[in-house]
Amino acid sequence: MSIDNKISPTHPTLLLWLIVGWVGFLLVPWYGIEDGFFSFDWLSDGYPWDPDYAPALFLLLQGKKMWLAVVIPFIFIPLFALRRDKSDPLFGKILIICGALGFGLLLAQGFIIGLKGWQFGWLEQLLGPLGDRQFGMGYGALMMASAFLFMFTQGLAARGAVNGDVFVVSSIGFVITIVAIFVFFPIINMLLSAFISEDKTYSGSVFIENITDKRLWSLSCVTGGTKCGAAWNSLVLAILVGASTTALGLAFALIVTRTNFRYKKLLRAMSVLPIITPPFVIGLAIILLFGLSGTFTVYFSELFGFQPTRWVYGMPGILIAQILAFTPIAFLVMIGVVEGVSPSMEEAAQTLRANKWETFVTVSLPLMRPGIANAFLLGFIESMADFGNPLVLGGNFDVLSTEIFFAIAGAQFDQARAASIALVLLFFTLGAFYAQSFWLGKKSYPTMTGKGDSGVHPQLPMRVSLPVIAIVGLWTAFTILIYSMIFYGSFVELWGVNNNLTVKHYLTAFSLKLTENGVLWTGSAWDSFWTTLKIAGISAPLTAAVGLITAYLLTRQNFAGKNAFEFGTMLSFAIPGTVIGVSYILAFNVPPIELTGTGIILVVSFIFRNMPVGVRAGIASMSQLDKSLDESSLTLGANSWQTFISIILPLLKPAILAALVYSFVRAMTAISAVIFLVSAEYNMATSYIIGRVENNDYGLAIAYSTTLIAVMLLVVGIMQFIVGRTNIGRRLGQSRTNV
Amino acid sequence: MKLSGNSRAASVAFEGVTKIYGKDVVAVDNVSLSIEAGTLVTLLGPSGCGKTTTLRLIAGLEMCSAGRVMIGNNDVTSLPATDRDVSMVFQSYALFPHMSVLENVSYGLKFSGFKKPEARERALAGLDLVGLADYGARLPSELSGGQQQRVAVARALVLEPQVLLFDEPLSNLDAKLRRQVREEIREIQQNLGLTVVYVTHDQEEALAVSDRIIVMKNAVVAQDGTPRELYDAPASRFVADFIGEANILPCEISSVKKDIATVNVGNYSANLPSRGIAKGEALLGVRPNRVIITKRKAANSMPGEIIRLTYVGNHLEFTLATEFGELFATSSDVDSALSVGDKIGVTFSDKGPVLLEN
Repeated sequence: MSIDNKISPTHPTLLLWLIVGWVGFLLVPWYGIEDGFFSFDWLSDGYPWDPDYAPALFLLLQGKKMWLAVVIPFIFIPLFALRRDKSDPLFGKILIICGALGFGLLLAQGFIIGLKGWQFGWLEQLLGPLGDRQFGMGYGALMMASAFLFMFTQGLAARGAVNGDVFVVSSIGFVITIVAIFVFFPIINMLLSAFISEDKTYSGSVFIENITDKRLWSLSCVTGGTKCGAAWNSLVLAILVGASTTALGLAFALIVTRTNFRYKKLLRAMSVLPIITPPFVIGLAIILLFGLSGTFTVYFSELFGFQPTRWVYGMPGILIAQILAFTPIAFLVMIGVVEGVSPSMEEAAQTLRANKWETFVTVSLPLMRPGIANAFLLGFIESMADFGNPLVLGGNFDVLSTEIFFAIAGAQFDQARAASIALVLLFFTLGAFYAQSFWLGKKSYPTMTGKGDSGVHPQLPMRVSLPVIAIVGLWTAFTILIYSMIFYGSFVELWGVNNNLTVKHYLTAFSLKLTENGVLWTGSAWDSFWTTLKIAGISAPLTAAVGLITAYLLTRQNFAGKNAFEFGTMLSFAIPGTVIGVSYILAFNVPPIELTGTGIILVVSFIFRNMPVGVRAGIASMSQLDKSLDESSLTLGANSWQTFISIILPLLKPAILAALVYSFVRAMTAISAVIFLVSAEYNMATSYIIGRVENNDYGLAIAYSTTLIAVMLLVVGIMQFIVGRTNIGRRLGQSRTNV
Repeated sequence: MKLSGNSRAASVAFEGVTKIYGKDVVAVDNVSLSIEAGTLVTLLGPSGCGKTTTLRLIAGLEMCSAGRVMIGNNDVTSLPATDRDVSMVFQSYALFPHMSVLENVSYGLKFSGFKKPEARERALAGLDLVGLADYGARLPSELSGGQQQRVAVARALVLEPQVLLFDEPLSNLDAKLRRQVREEIREIQQNLGLTVVYVTHDQEEALAVSDRIIVMKNAVVAQDGTPRELYDAPASRFVADFIGEANILPCEISSVKKDIATVNVGNYSANLPSRGIAKGEALLGVRPNRVIITKRKAANSMPGEIIRLTYVGNHLEFTLATEFGELFATSSDVDSALSVGDKIGVTFSDKGPVLLEN
């Protein structure tokens, strides 16, 4: 052990980051490369003197971008810290000051000087026009910023933060930084752009005008007019969807845990389906069934001799589609809570002479309250954020998410309006969050007691179980019908018009040609297909990593500001995808962080959209690992990084798998944020399919969706195989109960 | 190879250590103590007294809010667990469930810079020491509780730490095994000359294994001494009551001469070490096995009556009613003819009673 450390101190971690910083300054291009982050053409294209590819040093030598010089002292001074001992107060101080100032100045110059010189008018008035400009940050800036950040965290650790643990302090610093850049910055930026008028000045009247727009708040459909405002539409729809999915989810959970229903496994399996189904696919199937030329519509109109109508477009269609799509999510939330209600409490109620019905109403149901609140909240947010179904089935029924899209996507390109509507949407979801915690209040709902609970859940009383089984049966039959429709529909020439079976849609999308030069991917869907796989494949492990590290910090470490930290990391969960999408294009369209049109922006959006689930999964399974495991590893001489790698990770394989699968699948099926962020080069499968739908090319859209579902099943299987199981023998449970 | 006698064993010292959780929960309050190298010292006390926190402060799993922690001649106050040369055996054993027994035992060696073959050799020697040489390939879950416990000991031992810590290591074992394992731990500690700090709430265990016992109460040290000192001369009513069973009687000190006090309890009187207690009212502590039942009106005895008598195999347990309250007494004479309701005299053996501060 390293107590008698009298030889000249070495700081391998600090050295590494200093090298990274210097390489960022001396060797690699400072600004973003036009051809993309991962293209390396610049090496042979005028490097290092061409200003487009020059490292900061070479820019300065040519007398360009002189403001970059401000960071030099802060990468230089820390070299002196290398010779100092870690316990020397000066070591920590140097690193803290240089890290903070370096990072701050680097950001400041990025924000102050943009594409057109000074970003702020008053600076131009004060200092005169700059006559120079700069682009988005690239490798050099990124490396240097990371160097400053980790310099700062090492300084903090040396001064004794979190017991002086470098790994923990650095992880906290890293997570805070990326959450600040990719969650808080875009949202605040969007808040500000809601106030920007057309002539690029800040004005409150624009915001007031947008936010009070009749198209959002009109109530004319109540008073006899034709259309209600999008805000009211979204709100009513979300409440209906939240309530129905919660009720259905509860019914499912009750059947699985408290009846002898024979097909429980089928229910469990069906709960997975919507997770691997792009949400708007349900909408497509609804059209196949109830649309103008839908099977049911045609059959009944012939039977009763009335004119087929477009009744399903609008509120009814969206409602049906969203209930079908989001009920399983409610089920997954409810099942945990319903199983968690301690059987001994119900048994106690029964021995106190309550009958089954009274027990259910007075004990079981109240204890499920947190689950009900959570399920409702999820349904509410999902419905608010859903973009695909309203687009496919909306008709004249406007909702907020599509309004945002049309404000920014069409010819309007009205950023302020999009931002304002996004704020309304955000207000609703955060309001729902607040209402939920208000309803749950400070009451505690003890469900799992640490003690072994060998009791059995009582059966549902008859008057509950019969209707519940009937409802669930209907729902299940309907879902099966929907999915067979999707499968069948993908082989139909032109639904309702020409019902011949064909594989033409698959051929159009996925045809191949074998030539002498190898395989030619001639199908129209291949591009977006490979992009989707690539983006999902890159973002899944990153999401899982960030999520699990965050979970580790939240469960295993104590540090000041932990609650704020938790709130920040979970915030993106309450933000609908559409809002994320809009805020990202507003924030990352211009320097210093210029990501629009790249694949990186998609990856980043997926990471922060899906991270909260990784965090939750990680927290859930980490709190089942006894803390003495980490502690014994620490007392055996492993540091916290080694402990994380060799003890925690191997024991967390199920959570890792869950996080990987979830983030991969969500990346493949997501549409709400994606639709704003795709570009010609990086088109995703879902946005491609939506595009086909808008062109009434339902056959291809459905064939593509079916393929996606099949691919996801396959990938989930493969991931399960790769991650594997950690062999912990048969009696892990025992060592846990000993605690 | 064999694990050698441990020349690295080091002393441990606390200088005014305080640990505060959150804002105002004081778990350890200005504690100073010193533990000699090569001894086994037990921290004993009721739950919540701060003994486990003290142990974790030595391990570096908690950092003290004030004061200094020394291991050997080094100030380790600000060093985290990883950097302290200390290893710990946990109450739950904390064996890594995904590693085999051998991997568990080699785990710490891997991070101490040993080459693989040597780490393996040392780990095997450690397993051999606890009698599990043939179990290296098994998973912890395939061992019995006692075997898991020994693996945990081996894992901590092979690092030859300066200080070895035990956190209630026997609490998950059944009574018979507990006795056996504690003897093994003691034997290994003495053979290797280790410094061991041992936490338990079981006073019998503490008496059996320790060179010294530190009794804690409400975050402070109540008494520190050898097992015999603690048992025969508890410093306070709390210690007397906590270690073994004790009858506590009010008494009167009529005079103190040269550290010898003359004590009266009713008719009974004795000359006892005064232990710094002045003339006046005080308490007298008497162990149950030092209470002697004699004839009514025997010399220097108080009148009493047997109100309960229990046969527990190797001895008898009496509850005696006296004018100073009920006394609990034991007698190894299981064939005694006494029975409930007998009027008897009660006196104490010469070395029996001890004065306690009121």
